[in-house]
Amino acid sequence: MTLYLSQDAAARALGADATAEALAAALAAALAATAPGVRLSRTGSRGMVWLEPLLEVETEAGRYAFGPVTADMVAALFADGVPGPDHPACLGLTEDLPWIKRQTRLTFARCGVIAPLDAAAYAAHGGLRGLRRALGMSPADIVEEVTESGLRGRGGAGFPTGIKWRTVLGAEGPRKHIVCNADEGDSGTFADRMLMEGDPFCLIEGMVIAGLATGADRGFIYLRSEYPDAARILARALDIARAEGWLGPDILSSGRAFEIELRIAAGAYVCGEETSLLNSLEGKRGVVRAKPPLPALAGFMGRPTVVNNVITLAAVTGILADGAAAYRDIGLGRSRGTIPLQIAGNVRRGGLFEVGFGLTLGEIVNDIAGGTASGRPVKAVQVGGPLGAYFPPEMFDTPFGYEEFAGRDGLIGHAGIVVFDDTADMLAQARFAMEFCAIESCGKCTPCRIGAVRGTEVIDGIARGEPGRIELLQDLCETMKFGSLCALGGFTPYPVLSALRHFPQDFTPRHREAAE
Amino acid sequence: MASQPPEHLPPQHLPPHQQGGPDDVAARTRQILDAHAELEGPLLPVLHAVQAEFGHIPEAAVPEIVQALALSRAEVHGVISFYHDFRTTPAGRRVIRLCRAEACQATGGDVLAADIRARLGIDWGETTADGRVTLEPAFCLGLCACGPAALIDDRPAGRLDTARLEALLAEAAP
Ligand SMILES: Cc1cc2nc3c(=O)[nH]c(=O)nc-3n(C[C@H](O)[C@H](O)[C@H](O)COP(=O)(O)O)c2cc1C
Ligand code: SF4
Ligand code: FES
Repeated sequence: MTLYLSQDAAARALGADATAEALAAALAAALAATAPGVRLSRTGSRGMVWLEPLLEVETEAGRYAFGPVTADMVAALFADGVPGPDHPACLGLTEDLPWIKRQTRLTFARCGVIAPLDAAAYAAHGGLRGLRRALGMSPADIVEEVTESGLRGRGGAGFPTGIKWRTVLGAEGPRKHIVCNADEGDSGTFADRMLMEGDPFCLIEGMVIAGLATGADRGFIYLRSEYPDAARILARALDIARAEGWLGPDILSSGRAFEIELRIAAGAYVCGEETSLLNSLEGKRGVVRAKPPLPALAGFMGRPTVVNNVITLAAVTGILADGAAAYRDIGLGRSRGTIPLQIAGNVRRGGLFEVGFGLTLGEIVNDIAGGTASGRPVKAVQVGGPLGAYFPPEMFDTPFGYEEFAGRDGLIGHAGIVVFDDTADMLAQARFAMEFCAIESCGKCTPCRIGAVRGTEVIDGIARGEPGRIELLQDLCETMKFGSLCALGGFTPYPVLSALRHFPQDFTPRHREAAE
Repeated sequence: MASQPPEHLPPQHLPPHQQGGPDDVAARTRQILDAHAELEGPLLPVLHAVQAEFGHIPEAAVPEIVQALALSRAEVHGVISFYHDFRTTPAGRRVIRLCRAEACQATGGDVLAADIRARLGIDWGETTADGRVTLEPAFCLGLCACGPAALIDDRPAGRLDTARLEALLAEAAP
């Protein structure tokens, strides 16, 4: 019999390691007599962060969920042996929990189910099917399949993945590269982290497929330094993949080669922007490059380069395994397939929820997340990271899709959803957006570098009740929007202006203290 | 999971235990450079490895890097100063990276940050006088569904309040 407990960083942050120790002690002592042969498997996370540490008990009917199970609860829970479905603390079969049942888990199908570094389990749970199929296809056919699926980049910009790959496939060059953007800098997002910690082979498989599709034989994973657990797991996953022949000079005995190097970033938000990232990989300051040339034609060291987000690359494995149509048939409008929503901030139920595009923001916040953790009314929801707009509840009818959010002066970005209750001070949030931009600006353009600093001062002026400051802030935002080279300077006005538009009552001198 | 990272990965904030003189630094930096000779664009991995070794990037490492990678001094300093992770002075025995970003703000992160700075008597980026703790700001740790969040060295902690963070610190750096 097997017990499952997550080793995901969020589970660890909530005490999963201590729970594991308590379980080991219980298994060694009392349970050795009553229930011999019970073992503990550490998996990735199911994404139900509010239930972490989530313990699952395997039975013939499936896995039963218990959670949160902190270390101090273990002794009581196991007092009469391994707890089963009849135990009062049992939440039911994990697969039957509404949070799991309502999802369409394609990219995260294995996450939380298997041990992340168990190569045999990966293959047994559908891994490698996409890669095996791709090995039998021509590069152009792989690109066509991805194009047909309608997959758009999940890193934020939403660019069609198939079109990017076609450009790299058509580019001349003795050497091409696949760069996985694992910088995941957007606040409120953790899908990349969860996938890398919970199902790292899926990312590796996706990168190999990208290499086959475009003629690239070298890959990089550019991983943010804030993810030490993901770094450890990926490093081991790469070693294991090489040993299994999933990477290296002769992939699955096909004669095709692909190699991946893990690179650790150094704590600059702007390095998530693809050209800044490429400079960083080359060992330079992470300054944004002007486009053209596109990275697809002149990327790493001037060579043709695919830059894709973790989730984009992971989704490709499923698209190749099950065909473009199965993916394309899910979704809304021009947003095809599934999106891993990351529900965070002040919510009762926070975590990762993978679903087809199209749920409304209200369904996500009220239904799925269950409203605020504080029990107070929702005031604002920031969607799409630090460059995303703040939405008031009046706009909860907005369906989750690229065009749908853009049409309301917002963006979905990497699908982070951060909920604030009515104690939030939106002037302070607007000020933070400017401060963040000032801290993280790469310094290349004046509207971003100087404008953001000026923005914090103007907002402080509003808080002090100085006249004409609101108009000045609006002008400044226009300048930043149109005079910035990249979206850091160009999109910082979104959170600022949305806060101002929807919460004008917060931009009054009353809020003096909060501004500082 | 093993609790120690593999050697080629940079543990970001090891305490500055291996302080050597300038000659030791130069010699060890040359070894690090040799170990990274096969990489394309090796500067960041080299800087991470130097920092993992010495707890910061000592000035004596820079000329070695300049020479081996055929860069100018200004270029190397430019890179060191561009990235928030690289430090040119030693850190405290433990480094707290406390999240200041939005999802943690929504769960009381600002109050926690103000509290902990007052308790430790330091501001962002500073180290306590006794060298026990360095406090760094982080902008998201991917722990946004269980904020306020922090990394204490490399160990994640969630749903923090001042008491819990202080307890974790007391445990990590008695
Ligand atoms: C300031 C800034 C930060 C970004 N950060 C990230 C990031 O952390 N991860 C990511 O995948 N894309 C990020 N992007 C988007 C990338 O530039 C790029 O569009 C993406 O990596 C392409 O991959 P995709 O097509 O699979 O989304 C960022 C863009 C900007 C302007
Ligand atoms: S907008 Fe800001 S971050 Fe982007 S290129 Fe300009 S200065 Fe750099
Ligand atoms: S916003 Fe604090 S961990 Fe993500």
